[in-house]
Amino acid sequence: MAIIKFPKKEIEKHFKINQKILDEISMFGTPAQILADELEIEINPNRPDLIPMQGFIRAFKAFKGKSNGLTKYKINKPEKNYKVKVESSVKEVRPYTVCAIIKNLKFDNEKIKELVNIQEKIHSTLGRNRKKVAIGIYPLEKIKLPIKYEARKPLDIKFIPLDTTKEMNAIQILKRHPAGKEYAYLLKTYQKFPVFVDANKKILSMPPIINSQEIGKVTEKTKEVFIECSGFDKNALNKTLNILVTTFADMGGKIYSMIIEDKKKEITPNLEPEKMKISLENVNKLLGLKLKEENIEKLLKKMGYNYKNKTVFIPAWRTDILHEVDIIEDIAIAYGYDKFAPEIPELSTIGEESKEDKLKERISEILIGLKLLEISSYHLIKSDEAKKMKVDKPIEIENSKTEYKILRPNLLIPTLRTLSENKDNEYPQHIFEIGRVFSLDEKKETRIKEQENLIIALTPGNFTEAKQTLDYLLKILALNYKLEETTHPNLIDGRTGKILLNNKEIGYIGEVHPNTLRNWNLKMPLALIEINLDEVMKEIH
Amino acid sequence: MDRITESLSPIERRIIPYLNLDIGEIIKKSGLDKTTVLRALQFLKNKGLVELHSEKKIIINLGVNGIYYKKSHLPERKLLTLLETKNHIPLEEANKISKLSDNEFKVSLGVLKKKALINLSNGKISLTANKEELIKKFPEEKLIEILPIEKEKLEEEELFALQNLKNRKDIVEISEQKTITFQLTERGKQIAGKEIESDLIEEVVPELIKSGLKKKRFRRYDIQAHVPQVFGGKKHFVNQSIEYAKKIWTDLGFKEMTGNLTETSFWNFDVLFTAQDHPAREMQDSFFIKDIKGDLPEKKLVEQTKKAHEEGVGGSKGWQYSWSPEDAKRIVLRTHATSLSARTLYSLKSEEIPAKYFAIGKVFRNETIDWSHGIEFYQTEGIVIDYDANFRHLLGYLKEFYEKMGFEKIRFRPGYFPYTEPSVEIDVFHPEKQVWLELGGAGIFRPEVTIPLLGKPIPVLAWGQGLDRIIMDFYKIKDLREMYSNNLGILRGKKAWTK
Repeated sequence: MAIIKFPKKEIEKHFKINQKILDEISMFGTPAQILADELEIEINPNRPDLIPMQGFIRAFKAFKGKSNGLTKYKINKPEKNYKVKVESSVKEVRPYTVCAIIKNLKFDNEKIKELVNIQEKIHSTLGRNRKKVAIGIYPLEKIKLPIKYEARKPLDIKFIPLDTTKEMNAIQILKRHPAGKEYAYLLKTYQKFPVFVDANKKILSMPPIINSQEIGKVTEKTKEVFIECSGFDKNALNKTLNILVTTFADMGGKIYSMIIEDKKKEITPNLEPEKMKISLENVNKLLGLKLKEENIEKLLKKMGYNYKNKTVFIPAWRTDILHEVDIIEDIAIAYGYDKFAPEIPELSTIGEESKEDKLKERISEILIGLKLLEISSYHLIKSDEAKKMKVDKPIEIENSKTEYKILRPNLLIPTLRTLSENKDNEYPQHIFEIGRVFSLDEKKETRIKEQENLIIALTPGNFTEAKQTLDYLLKILALNYKLEETTHPNLIDGRTGKILLNNKEIGYIGEVHPNTLRNWNLKMPLALIEINLDEVMKEIH
Repeated sequence: MDRITESLSPIERRIIPYLNLDIGEIIKKSGLDKTTVLRALQFLKNKGLVELHSEKKIIINLGVNGIYYKKSHLPERKLLTLLETKNHIPLEEANKISKLSDNEFKVSLGVLKKKALINLSNGKISLTANKEELIKKFPEEKLIEILPIEKEKLEEEELFALQNLKNRKDIVEISEQKTITFQLTERGKQIAGKEIESDLIEEVVPELIKSGLKKKRFRRYDIQAHVPQVFGGKKHFVNQSIEYAKKIWTDLGFKEMTGNLTETSFWNFDVLFTAQDHPAREMQDSFFIKDIKGDLPEKKLVEQTKKAHEEGVGGSKGWQYSWSPEDAKRIVLRTHATSLSARTLYSLKSEEIPAKYFAIGKVFRNETIDWSHGIEFYQTEGIVIDYDANFRHLLGYLKEFYEKMGFEKIRFRPGYFPYTEPSVEIDVFHPEKQVWLELGGAGIFRPEVTIPLLGKPIPVLAWGQGLDRIIMDFYKIKDLREMYSNNLGILRGKKAWTK
């Protein structure tokens, strides 16, 4: 989701801004609010065409019925030398480009800033941080056409990058220029880097990193621009170019196409609407409405489409129409989500809680009857906790933003943390938790075995009290258990037992060793029970 | 006054004869322990017979190490004594023959240097103290000898020594002591010193019941007196609310789904038509597990999913990129319970349709933890598989659920999710705060999701909203961290879920 800000005064040229219109903008799918002298809207990732103010105004005007369906744009034929030659050397590193020229533009400082903003927002959304799509916009007056798109060895690339004064080679740019450093990872692994070069053999830019300061910077004097989009996804590139050229056209610019001489010759941009058949029956069935064809036509026009003979004409700047259902959603938006009458159908099915959850609830009830307090902790534990408790083969998270980095292997660790954080609260502290614990297991689909555990902790508490609790719990669950002496790294030898159900080990009971208590800064004696509820579940019929 | 004497408890009566003495004497004479005497005084205060004054004192006592050092000298003294016989020795050697622990040795060096009794150069220790200084006791040594003592009684030099020892491990222990004194009120003076006989009935005991009432009167209790708090056993407040929410779904005819919290990316993302370069699939947004990869499901499902992504199925154009099975094998802590819904759909037999399922479970985000961010949340997830399901039904189920959760006004806005179309965002109106709370999303699964999973495009209504905001709101919790902080004081005091 992208947050976009438009100057309020620009929007007010088209719509009077009040609460009603803000609500309408929200119901159009772009939640809106006024912040000082700006209109702030949230744009979902499926609508990058709404990122430029011009695109938003175009779409919302249609929604308000102020324009009629699909906006048409004139594309002028390429003039002499309006060509971009794509060398095969780029195929390894950044294979595609699509380009256009816009004339009749007027820039001031504000407009240039707006342009940079649009570029940045598209880069970070549709462009996937410039990896998928990178945009370059250049002052045509400083460039000599035709243009070549080629890949060169980094040391053969030399130009003055934007906002600097010295010529650098590509390696230096990646090491020293702020944009170079930020996006170096997109090129670093390649032998050759891509560049746009003009007919004077001057470098325009090294996509997706940086333009040239000399011939790649739009200024207030610029009246005509050359636009290129480079990247890996031809479809995304075309859509991006279409978003840009229509934005410029809405600013008053004239669109000129260019000839892209790749393996196949191609002329871009292409604003021809895509066509998609739509079935009235499908629309009504999915939405639960009884729309007629003329309703559908009207609703589609509100969303910027044209409609004729069961065919929808889709604006060439829409990136999100993959299937009929995408159009049906737009019909629903045009109809108004607030106009749908919610309905619960007659559909008799039998509701049921899972067996596992039922057992968990019974167990909590029994323990609450013994005055135990239930706690609920994170499924992740801290690295130092895992170290302190000598966790064997910890399952670690990549790149966690907090100190919680490891999947808990038992409930003992979170319980000890809880008790150590509650030393100022009144004793006795009799607590329990039921929750998932994790261990590695080659046989599992995810290599991780998940198991439901129960822990009971009594402090101050001793073995007798713990055993009384265990006795009571298993008796009420009608289970017979046996205890066998065992050892546990955190419990006192001779006061530790393994719990057996049908000769199968399901957990342990015991008094915690003073060394462990000291390690966790605990001052009261502690008795514990931890059992595997999945095993208990199997024994309950 | 009669009323008061009638309500005197046995312990009060025991101390009244000695009320002209101080507390220490009362304890001795009455034969009661201190706590009991203080309790009796508190009762007398409630009856207006005495006034209580409390005073706090800070007491300095020896810690575990302090006791040992008092017997066997402070480590710095031991080191100094050693240096008297062996001057100019290397650090390691001094450490070794001093028999001090590494930590004690380090501390001693620091102390002696600070007192300018030794000098360290070229890794050797040299004595710089003169004879007199060697014999003189350190202020710390003097202090240890006079402990325990009230902090107030310490001289300046002793306070300085205390400051030094406080920073060292377990040499001194500082505790607060409350001393209580009392004063008789006018009414108290009338009664103090008297022996008060009583033949009132105290507790009701079995013998009494059996023998009948020989004495007629019961001692009066002070029913306003404070009683010690008790705490009951209790379900965690979050789980109380979850149980309530579950009940709503089962009442509506939904069956519960259960499953794993760790998932392959295939089930969490790919089968839900989330492109492999979608931002949610990056490490900074989701918890991926280091170093392990899981298995992909049956080949047919994998093939169909790949096709849905690359070229589309059922009339879709797909995302048009090259789908990588390796990426789908990465393990992730589920970012939504929708992975469960996908698994449920895949295992569904055609004779089981129509069907309705729900799950309420934890989902995970790679976030920082602060008052408004957390790493785990509860999500209420649901699906309805029905040939006749439509968008209005989706809104109907959601409206019903949130009404039962206590929200009368519900708003539906357009939303976006890669796996649903149409998609909707749900807001509920908060009548007190007069604001809309954004709860999360819902929609109808895209054919790119249902065709691989079900073999044909059957409409599946689906939703997954966060529950934590509603729970926080009910319990008036402002800080998200409180939800899972396990502060027992807070948990014991939390009101019950009463919706």
